[in-house]
Amino acid sequence: MIDLSRLSATQIRDGVADGVFSAREVTEAALGRIDALEPHIHAFNQVTPELAYEAAARIDEAVASDVVLPPLAGVPVAVKDNMNLIGTRTTCSSRMLENYESVYDCTAVRRLLDAGAVPVGKCNLDEFAFGSSTENSAFGPTRNPWDLDRVPGGSSGGSAAAVAAGMASISLGSDTGGSIRQPGSLTGTVAFKPTYGRVSRYGCVAFASSLDQIGPFARTVEDAAIALNAISGHDPMDATSADRPAEDFTATLTDGVAGLRVGVVTDLLDADGCAPEVRDTVRAAAETFAALGAEVGEVELPSTAHGLSAYYVIAPAEASSNLARFDGIRYGHRVPDAEDVLDLYMRSRAEGFGPETIRRIMLGTYVLSAGYYDAYYGQAQKARTLIKQDFASAFERFDVLLTPTSPTVAFGIGEKADDPLAMYLSDIYTIPVNLAGNCAVSVPARLSETERLPIGLQIVGDYFAEPTVMRAAAAFEAAAGFDTTPPVVKEIQ
Amino acid sequence: MAISEEQVRHVAMLARLTLTDEQVVHLGEELNSVLGHIDTIQQLDLADVEPTAHVLDVVNVMRPDEVRPGLEREVALRNAPAAEAGAFVIPRIVGGGDEA
Repeated sequence: MIDLSRLSATQIRDGVADGVFSAREVTEAALGRIDALEPHIHAFNQVTPELAYEAAARIDEAVASDVVLPPLAGVPVAVKDNMNLIGTRTTCSSRMLENYESVYDCTAVRRLLDAGAVPVGKCNLDEFAFGSSTENSAFGPTRNPWDLDRVPGGSSGGSAAAVAAGMASISLGSDTGGSIRQPGSLTGTVAFKPTYGRVSRYGCVAFASSLDQIGPFARTVEDAAIALNAISGHDPMDATSADRPAEDFTATLTDGVAGLRVGVVTDLLDADGCAPEVRDTVRAAAETFAALGAEVGEVELPSTAHGLSAYYVIAPAEASSNLARFDGIRYGHRVPDAEDVLDLYMRSRAEGFGPETIRRIMLGTYVLSAGYYDAYYGQAQKARTLIKQDFASAFERFDVLLTPTSPTVAFGIGEKADDPLAMYLSDIYTIPVNLAGNCAVSVPARLSETERLPIGLQIVGDYFAEPTVMRAAAAFEAAAGFDTTPPVVKEIQ
Repeated sequence: MAISEEQVRHVAMLARLTLTDEQVVHLGEELNSVLGHIDTIQQLDLADVEPTAHVLDVVNVMRPDEVRPGLEREVALRNAPAAEAGAFVIPRIVGGGDEA
């Protein structure tokens, strides 16, 4: 039996190319693991064996005819269920879209599959990506493979859990305020949010269009880099995608960090609510970088103190506009007995959307409404400028910045479900990066002493500095020696 | 600034959401809790700061005005809750007489 939790994407691809195992055998192993683990974890909204076996058959035919295999040939991948893929539903974990059939492909997903990847399923999320725990899914929460009574983080919790549990080697998530990195931290996976514009968002259901970015989860930095290679690049279907020459993000992975200027963001470390163990992890990481030859210093980002406030104006404002499209007419839930069009809109939306989605739409509509626009939205956009300037001056002195990814380890299911503000605070370290638009990764650093739960380190880079961030992450990963296989998953097997 | 129940109802109308009385009370409390946190940005002196709408310095993107295939009508209608004769079906919005 192929143990997918122990094989990297490159090892799978090479094994398939060299005839050690077939793509079909890898696919069987992935689907077998899903059968065994999914009842405990619920990472998926839909498992796609037909699509997976079709893709695997194409790879095995290519092997038989000696065609050069693409970089992700035979690698099982999962995608967040807010990305369209023909042959699957795209539900956004919402009753509104429970039966929505994808009618075109998301560019990032298409590119991953064109690189030879085998799609095993669509992953659970907080409804429309609104949340930090995956508890806001209309189809039930996803459980953390490290402790089944805890959340995997969110909103891309299903994508994170699928990779952590070895049900897929790579997955895609979307990150508007931390929705890739925070679940990455809570599940001990490598979780990359690329620079705004690096990856096309075409076919990913929009949340906040000035913040949203698609990125990969993987168990190694190298796998994340290979996945990013596949999905990056300009797309005429997304006018905000950056028109830049292609780069190989694996090229400088092993170059080390000697001379790299690493800044520890001290004011974020001292923020209220940061667990002492998380703070210690970042301090220890800084020492690791120094030992590896990096030039480590300290820096402050004072304006990020306003990040959460600015975000909870801008993101809901944009979300309320984006979600106006769900009107019960062209697609989605529709009440059967509407008296008129207004009644149709109002009751279809009220029934189709869950509580957090309604909360965000209400908040966004309020801050954009007459009389409040300047006080909230205008101010938030200006605060955003200050945050962007803070990062710009930090990157004059440093190549990468270190912060926690999440202020705490994974919290219990239900623990923060009734307190929206407490939940929002899960993203204080990730939100500023979305507001500024630069890139960042969460890399597993260590397990907490008492609870034995993963703690991630956030490494932040400048605009389009993915190669530098990847290189720093790879050096740290090698030094940290984190074992990415959750003990619970070992027991269930 | 605290949001009243009347404002909650007004915003719900703008957002095209039917809320129950219970939801109005509950959402009012939750929105006030979040707004209490957000309100700090109103105290910042940002008079001389330019707003950021988009993080990268991009300009309008143009493409050639060419005819290209779009979604087939049948595909575009596939997810419609109600479709007939190649069109989306909606409740009557004009007229009001008895004639069809």
